[in-house]
Amino acid sequence: MKLLRTIAVRALLGLAVGGLGFLLVLPVVSLLIRTSPGELLTRLGRPEIQQALLLSLETSLLATALVLLLGLPAAYLMASRQFPGKRIVEVLFDLPMVIPPTVAGLILLLTFGRAGLLGKSLGLWGVSLPFTTAAVVVAQAFMAAPFFLGPVRAGFTTVEHRYREVAATLGAGEFYSFVRVMLPLSLPSVLAGTAMACARALGEFGATITFAGNLPGVTQTMPLAVYVEMQHDLGAAITLSVLLIMLSFGLLLALRYGQSRVP
Amino acid sequence: MKRSRSVATLLSALSVLGVSSSRSAAQGPTTLTVFAAASLTEPFSRLGRSFEAAHPGTTVRFNFTGSQQLVLQIQEGAEADVFASADERWMQTAKDSGLVEGEPVLFARNELVVIVPVANPAGIKRLQDLSHSGVKLVIAAEAVPVGHYTREMLAKLSSQPGFGSKYGQQVLANVASYEENVKGVVAKVQLGEADAGVVYRSDATGSVASQLTTLEIPEASNVIASYPIAVVRGADSPELAKAFVELVESATGQESLKKAGFIPVQPATQPSQ
Repeated sequence: MKLLRTIAVRALLGLAVGGLGFLLVLPVVSLLIRTSPGELLTRLGRPEIQQALLLSLETSLLATALVLLLGLPAAYLMASRQFPGKRIVEVLFDLPMVIPPTVAGLILLLTFGRAGLLGKSLGLWGVSLPFTTAAVVVAQAFMAAPFFLGPVRAGFTTVEHRYREVAATLGAGEFYSFVRVMLPLSLPSVLAGTAMACARALGEFGATITFAGNLPGVTQTMPLAVYVEMQHDLGAAITLSVLLIMLSFGLLLALRYGQSRVP
Repeated sequence: MKRSRSVATLLSALSVLGVSSSRSAAQGPTTLTVFAAASLTEPFSRLGRSFEAAHPGTTVRFNFTGSQQLVLQIQEGAEADVFASADERWMQTAKDSGLVEGEPVLFARNELVVIVPVANPAGIKRLQDLSHSGVKLVIAAEAVPVGHYTREMLAKLSSQPGFGSKYGQQVLANVASYEENVKGVVAKVQLGEADAGVVYRSDATGSVASQLTTLEIPEASNVIASYPIAVVRGADSPELAKAFVELVESATGQESLKKAGFIPVQPATQPSQ
């Protein structure tokens, strides 16, 4: 009886894993067999594809930098302090991960848009965010932040218990102990968070098209270009998709190797 | 014990998946799926409700987006019973690809207008103002019917006295975003993010009208959009699909379209049955 149950569980597990593999791998395979490497290379030379590629690289790197800059102190505070309403703040930080990207784009418009809460005051300084490359960066950073905060906060929390007090008793100031103790010890988490945030920024579509619009060379990143090209040049859309997948795959693979090297 | 419960959960989850897929197949004949251009959202939603009232047990599902997107979806195997396009170009593509049954019927016309937010931050009073530098214009992408018509209209205006031959070029240089359907243009102007947009007259009527100011385009330079409709080949319920097309052509349908700002093609007096 027990043996039978074990077999059933194993069969179901195998089925589930096989099904998942099928679901995740088959689309990538079917994309790759739709186009030959030669075609891919010739299409890479096309200006509109290069334009989208460069814009995507530029904006996702900037968005990652922005997330790092704002996210490191935020993750540190969340890991090292207790304060009323902390759970609510944590949930708020996680929210962009689950809200539909178009909703994110709309709330960004209502915040930073010309008629938005903050956008109105920005307008007085002559700053208008929507339809600019900066808006793409903001949309990507907004969507990518939780992918950074999650692992980094977790990383900081595990270090917290063991070493912070030791550093403090040895007379290290908070900033010093953050830079010399916390950061090096949680480097794998910081790397993971950075790579995940960068990959998420690279793939951002909904918030970008809603908040930043769609203008080649200014706000049309690769995912937007895929969507637009699909309607008149499927080949270009496929090329861009292959590029995007390779970039994301490379990024995540580099992360795995990087993590295994860090002690 | 715990393990056997989780196995049971997994099994029931799988069976739910199985059941739901067979149910959607059985639902086919009572669900009518209409793929229609985004600009048809209001009148078609209304017609859908009256169709459901006239055919008890039938549910009408709509997929509203840019016509180019709809053709692509049907090409890639999306299940549709009726296709209504915002231009003859995409209906022709659908016809050439063997996606529709029989001859498409022209059921409505529409014309272009320029919309500006009521606050009018760029102070746009006449069409000439659209070419001033710094104006943030939002129009539809070239592949979208209304985007195609917009370019045609700008080209026509450029040859009119008082506009100058560079007019179209200057206006296009002001484009801040190419939207993927006409409703995207309306939303960006309505929110006050864009200074101006080019849409169909029917998009500037109804609930959004109070937030927009409309600038007319002279008749000689305007472009008239023609809306064809057809039954999709391999429709689950061709009779229902045909009945829906007939409803759109009927006096009721035409009245509905007229109310939404379209130009009806059938004389309103023509009997519907």
